[in-house]
Amino acid sequence: MTVDQSGHDVHEAELPVEMVTLTIDDVSVSVPKGTLLIRAAELIGVEIPRFCDHPLLEPVGACRQCLVEVPDAGNGRGFPKPQASCTLEVAEGMVARTHLTSEVATKAQVGTMEFLLINHPLDCPVCDKGGECPLQNQAMSHGRGESRFTETKRTFPKPVPVSAQVLLDRERCVLCARCTRFSEQIAGDPFIALVERGAEQQVGIGPNIDGGDEPFHSYFSGNTIQICPVGALTSADYRFRSRPFDLVSTPAVAEHDSCGAAIRVDHRRGRVMRRLAGDDPEVNEEWITDKDRFAFTWSGGDDRVRTPLVRNAETGELEPASWPAALATAARLLQQVHGSAGVLPGGRLTLEDAYAWSKFARLALGTNDVDFRSRAVGAGEADALAAAVAGVPASVTYRDLERARHVVLVGLEPEDEAGTLFLRLRKAVREHGTKVITVASHRSRGTTKLQARLVQVVPGNEAVALADLELGPDDVLLAGERLGLVPGGLAAAVEATGRSGARFAWVPRRAGDRGAVEAGLLPNLLPAGRPVVDAEARADLAAAWDVNAVPGTVGRDTAAIIAGVADRTLRGLLVGGVEIADLPDPALARAALAAADVVVSLEVRHSEVTAVADIVLPIAPMVEKPGTFVTWDGRRRSFDAVLDEPNSVTDTRVLAGIAEELGRPLGFRTIAGARDDLASLGGWDGTRADLPAVRREPVVPAAGQLVLSTWRQLIDDARGQDGQPEYSATARPPVLRASAATWDAHGVIPGEVATLTAPGRDLRVALPTEVDDLPDGVIWAPGNNGTNLRELGLGHGSAVQVTSGGLA
Amino acid sequence: MTLKESVWDPVAGFGVTFRTMFKKVVTEQYPFEKVPTAPRFHGRHQLNRWPDGLEKCIGCELCAWACPADAIYVEGASNVDVPDGSERFSPGERYGRVYQINYLRCILCGLCIEACPTRALTMTNEYELADDNRADLIYEKTDLLGPLLPGMVEPPHAMLISDDDQDYYRGKNLPILDADPIESADVNPAGMPGTPATDAARKGQA
Repeated sequence: MTVDQSGHDVHEAELPVEMVTLTIDDVSVSVPKGTLLIRAAELIGVEIPRFCDHPLLEPVGACRQCLVEVPDAGNGRGFPKPQASCTLEVAEGMVARTHLTSEVATKAQVGTMEFLLINHPLDCPVCDKGGECPLQNQAMSHGRGESRFTETKRTFPKPVPVSAQVLLDRERCVLCARCTRFSEQIAGDPFIALVERGAEQQVGIGPNIDGGDEPFHSYFSGNTIQICPVGALTSADYRFRSRPFDLVSTPAVAEHDSCGAAIRVDHRRGRVMRRLAGDDPEVNEEWITDKDRFAFTWSGGDDRVRTPLVRNAETGELEPASWPAALATAARLLQQVHGSAGVLPGGRLTLEDAYAWSKFARLALGTNDVDFRSRAVGAGEADALAAAVAGVPASVTYRDLERARHVVLVGLEPEDEAGTLFLRLRKAVREHGTKVITVASHRSRGTTKLQARLVQVVPGNEAVALADLELGPDDVLLAGERLGLVPGGLAAAVEATGRSGARFAWVPRRAGDRGAVEAGLLPNLLPAGRPVVDAEARADLAAAWDVNAVPGTVGRDTAAIIAGVADRTLRGLLVGGVEIADLPDPALARAALAAADVVVSLEVRHSEVTAVADIVLPIAPMVEKPGTFVTWDGRRRSFDAVLDEPNSVTDTRVLAGIAEELGRPLGFRTIAGARDDLASLGGWDGTRADLPAVRREPVVPAAGQLVLSTWRQLIDDARGQDGQPEYSATARPPVLRASAATWDAHGVIPGEVATLTAPGRDLRVALPTEVDDLPDGVIWAPGNNGTNLRELGLGHGSAVQVTSGGLA
Repeated sequence: MTLKESVWDPVAGFGVTFRTMFKKVVTEQYPFEKVPTAPRFHGRHQLNRWPDGLEKCIGCELCAWACPADAIYVEGASNVDVPDGSERFSPGERYGRVYQINYLRCILCGLCIEACPTRALTMTNEYELADDNRADLIYEKTDLLGPLLPGMVEPPHAMLISDDDQDYYRGKNLPILDADPIESADVNPAGMPGTPATDAARKGQA
């Protein structure tokens, strides 16, 4: 592998590479044309000290630490003065001498370091970067041993909060411009900038897009903390928490979206202290969202379920029980409702756990009433997933996005729902000329940063718009979770790509969604893409599982399971990590939980489900178990347990225990066993499920009603982000958006508060209003900032009413 | 066996015993009599205070880093300036919220003392570090902090010597701030930095 100027890998097969031969420190090396001298030196194992240089950012030559002597620039003449190797491209026949062979380069580097340290406070003992600081390390390796500076250092008040999460200490800054380049080039949120000139130059908080002067909140601000080569940017969350030598680092995978970003989890004495971005050029490069970085405290709170709990029939209270007793009781209760139990495993399972749930539902409970979608479900969504996603090898990768001509986003808001994907799309747009087209109600801030062309639709009309979309073979269509809620939406997307030779990918919102589809956690789908209705597929699975038969009728989906329990056609519920407020109709779901004869809950933390469950079985959160997430591009991202907690057990172990008590064992007990069992099934090469018919019925809002456009923003009130007040403070303030004409028609003055009402509901939401370029008759509201719109029964495309004024 | 070996040598042995009877006894009657140690003996640690009582420890963990026996555990935390001073334990941004030395592990080598950037950690001459259970040999911050000398006020409280934490580290003697709620406190005992006598002496040297 060779590395080009912008740092990404160059595949030899892809483009013919013109090689340039040069000499560094008397060693001859050939590198692709356009390579920077500092990278060429890395290839022969020479590390030139640097601060501003970062392989994923454009070169800037700001810190001057990487000076080298260039006696011959390739044209027979040398540079008269030392040159910054991070901005100098190699040339044929160039001769360069680094600090290893040149007195001139050494003197230049030592001198630069001395200047950089003039105003540096040298407060390493109190600095969070101390011990892992490039400035500290390189001052040791390339600086003078003693300071000659006796004058007074420049001081600034410190620390200054750039946002609630990021703290700035300008005294420590060496003005490398990494953070400002990141915010401009990678994130597209110019929230910090270099201000003033000369000795007064400093990092300042930039004005936000609207011209206001409040701190600008970026979803990716945490990356600036990590790439800061000194301790100038630190996080409020990790402030003074520990030192590098305290920490045990474990590579892991982020669990908040379907992107599978590589992260590094640092823990000390059994507690996770922080998370950093891992380096995976094929997935997240070196960037992660703030959610991946900061939202890790949810599993460490006081509301963890620590022991199995069984409800005492006499007192009605949950009482601690031993594992054997709890598993036996769970098996006894589930046996009572055998054949009439619904299974709601939730969308955050690892592939192995999802497979255990799937096998448990089919073998131990004998039902296909299982659905991972702990959210609203759309007509035909499960059929489309079975036809186009389950067991289908991935056709789109992150790298493919950079090569694509057009990327069409339908029902997907990448900045909010898949931040890693957003950053890669932005790179594709900036560096490779990819054009993004978004089929949505309006251009959000995220799609504006992608310079996306808007195909404006009223929510619910996406399928209609897809019929008119001209796609080519070099194009990629990314369908989000919301497209599944549109009747026939996913099918229309698959059909549109099939028609044109473009490629299709489904980008769900939760980390476990894609794995759950692979594991068959759908009422119409068995593991590895086997359709329930296909007798051959059922026979194949029954043979693999060594049973007589697997259930052959298509089961109920999430909404039907809840309705079934509520009207008592189903009598029991086995529930995983499901938040009631996320379900299609939370009020009905609460009624169903109350009406159910048996509720068995597998949960990490106490929740609305555990409050009414007959048995609560505690399971391990991500940091305490190994597993695999399947990303939106079908990549299997395996990770190991970070914390060694002997009392923490996986879903797989618990379900295997119950199945054994029931006398219908799963055949495995461990994650590795589940993985092997799933692998031994193999794929399904028989008949696939049929794509449901594409329906194109335009939505026409009724008089006086508006159509709701909504999605959940990256930072919202979800329980997975609990325990991080600084992080939550960087959420975007919730507002209602509509066109000026719409506001006018409903008597709302933009900027003032308006109230959102759902037909037939008492609950209402009052939020400030803003004008945006939505179609008339459409209103946008955040999914779960302040109020979960699901509590009002509202989702993408719902009918709503709006009135001016607040709740009073 | 010669005559010398069989007769003379046993008598010569008793000669040593006899001569020693007239020499000064070296046995120490510990624990009835406690003899002072050498002045720089490496005994139990002490966490020192500034003259106003604030802790010198900044929770930087350099002592823990230096410790070859992994006997020190430190957790830092942030000082916050609130009007009543109730969240300030040391000058500057950071203080040691948790400070433990495990004397089951400590080998009293003194590397931690050398590592300490603020002279917060020093060693006393106290050597009686034995106990009948393991738990009590993990000394907490409260066990290690030095005594409150006259003029010192138990933290948390605001910085009393100067508004600028750098002045503490540089030993700069600024006028004493008359800070509420500790009006009556005699912040600067004799001989401590900040008193006119020592100021004058220091100026004279300069």
